[in-house]
Amino acid sequence: MSAASDVGYHAQRHARWHYGEVAFWLIVLACGFVFPSRYLIMTDIVRLALFAMSLDLILGYAGIVSLGHAAFFGVGAYGAGLLALHGIINEPVIALVVAGLAAMVLGFATSFLVIRGVDLTRLMVTLGIALLLEALAERFSNITGGTDGLQGIEMQPIFGTLAFDMFGKTGFFYSVAVLFVLFLLARRIVHSPFGLSLRAIKNNPLRAAAIGIPVNRRLIAIYTLAAFYAGIAGALFTQTTAIASLDVFAFERSADLMLVLVIGGTGYLYGGLIGAVIFRILQEWFSTITPQYWQFWIGLVLVVIVLVGRQRLHRWVLFVPNLIIKQVAGRKAVVAVPEGDA
Amino acid sequence: MTAILTNLFDGVAYGMLLFVLACGLAVTLGLMNFVNLAHGAFAMAGGYICAVLVNQQGWPFFAALPLAFVSAAAIGIVLERTLYRHLYTRSHLDQVLFTIGLTFMSVAAVDYIQGSSRVFINLPAALQGQFDLFGVGIGRYRLMIIIICGLLTIALQLVLAKTRFGSRLRAAVDDPRAASGLGINVPQVFAFTFAFGCGLAGLGGALSAEILGLDPYFPLKFMIYFLIVVTVGGSSSITGPFLASLLLGIGDVAGKYYVPKMGPFVIYTMMIVILIWRPNGLFGRTAAR
Repeated sequence: MSAASDVGYHAQRHARWHYGEVAFWLIVLACGFVFPSRYLIMTDIVRLALFAMSLDLILGYAGIVSLGHAAFFGVGAYGAGLLALHGIINEPVIALVVAGLAAMVLGFATSFLVIRGVDLTRLMVTLGIALLLEALAERFSNITGGTDGLQGIEMQPIFGTLAFDMFGKTGFFYSVAVLFVLFLLARRIVHSPFGLSLRAIKNNPLRAAAIGIPVNRRLIAIYTLAAFYAGIAGALFTQTTAIASLDVFAFERSADLMLVLVIGGTGYLYGGLIGAVIFRILQEWFSTITPQYWQFWIGLVLVVIVLVGRQRLHRWVLFVPNLIIKQVAGRKAVVAVPEGDA
Repeated sequence: MTAILTNLFDGVAYGMLLFVLACGLAVTLGLMNFVNLAHGAFAMAGGYICAVLVNQQGWPFFAALPLAFVSAAAIGIVLERTLYRHLYTRSHLDQVLFTIGLTFMSVAAVDYIQGSSRVFINLPAALQGQFDLFGVGIGRYRLMIIIICGLLTIALQLVLAKTRFGSRLRAAVDDPRAASGLGINVPQVFAFTFAFGCGLAGLGGALSAEILGLDPYFPLKFMIYFLIVVTVGGSSSITGPFLASLLLGIGDVAGKYYVPKMGPFVIYTMMIVILIWRPNGLFGRTAAR
């Protein structure tokens, strides 16, 4: 077998759906029926998962470290809020896409700043853009409502038939549907030749350029796409909670997002989804122990994860599941540690 | 005219303060290529130690300042030896995560111990109020800051340029591998410098309680300012960060005075424009390689 077809064979094998993935999505769907009293927090997790997936696209696949991903989340959130508040677009799904596109435009415009320079410059520029938008939103309080945020948003029924109910049931299934559709898209993209070229760029930009990959164009494309995803996550936030306030741009949001992704692992799309579940459970748990100081424990988790080492941690977590898989499905089915170092 | 001069004076004082707060970070970034977002936590530690000593123990302000320096430096060296040094070879992502974690912990810990409200340090009467110099209002406290920080800057420059330690440090910044090949103990040089930078941050934190405001969210609020100083100024010398701090201080004070509605807008725009224009910082080589 020649090298080229060998690579193609492995790429295709990775792209195929596994039983584990099908089971994962069935469990997600089942949660909607098993815990009918927990719709609000589950919707929250789904939103966070989508947001984390967006960061995974640029961090896990393209290796861009961003400290200001909340910028796009915020634009999506305010976009959806304003569209609904002024009755410009009443249909939630179309409004969702439009808000996502608004974030995408911002992502495209700022991607030129982000691809310049090294990690530190990227950190600064992404952080600066988020802070800038926060300052802008505060400044133009006649549009954004300033520190009070947008209030009195009333969501119209989805497709004109499914109304948002007060228990959040519609909101939850709506969010899951959006997450699933976007997940399918992301899955298709990262397993395409485009996605493989991103990994090549992440591993070594110089080498990638040498084999003819247009590095800058690819980075711009994925950054823009990630901005779209983050915008959708933000729009979902506004649509399901009916508020949008200044804290959508907050630095803590971007930082928490990093933690979500680190818990779940980068570079295999499910990291954000799994991380979101664990992060939210941890957060709930910490805030029941110490309502005011849960941030301390979140910080401690970050420090411990880094000191222990992300790779090692994921190996430990996968140790027991792999033992079981080895017995049932043979040695080859073992779940490998994702190569997730950025 | 006098308003401009007063603003300029305030801006210079503010800039000097920023320099003392951030120059430790410049060395951390330049020498070890380590992204330390928790730098503000050391400044906060110094500020709170000074506040407790002055307000609760009744120490005189000028006696508490050196102690703020020493204790922040002590915390710095302990953390450097136990935690930080394991992370020098890690990826930037790991360093960012680790230091964000430390920042979160410090914020919550100080909130727990001291409460979340802003802390004021009781100043001696000699430092309060302002006097007129040719019609320009000069705040006594700000004048003291300019004097202290100015002396510190000159001392730093002399140490870097004239002493043996200074030349070792410069060699290590320029090329750590070649420096260690010449027998310079780079980790040791770094540990000293790290502790010293943390000490300076602690001193800056104590001085800044009056001007910047000291509360548990200090490390998060001013993180971006420190990073601006370092990225814009570069790390090849201390002149770069120094000029960047002055620019930032004057720009921020002027921005708040002349276009108050734009708030911090001016600073962030300035930073982004500078970084696009010169991704490697205004003055010489960038901090990160």
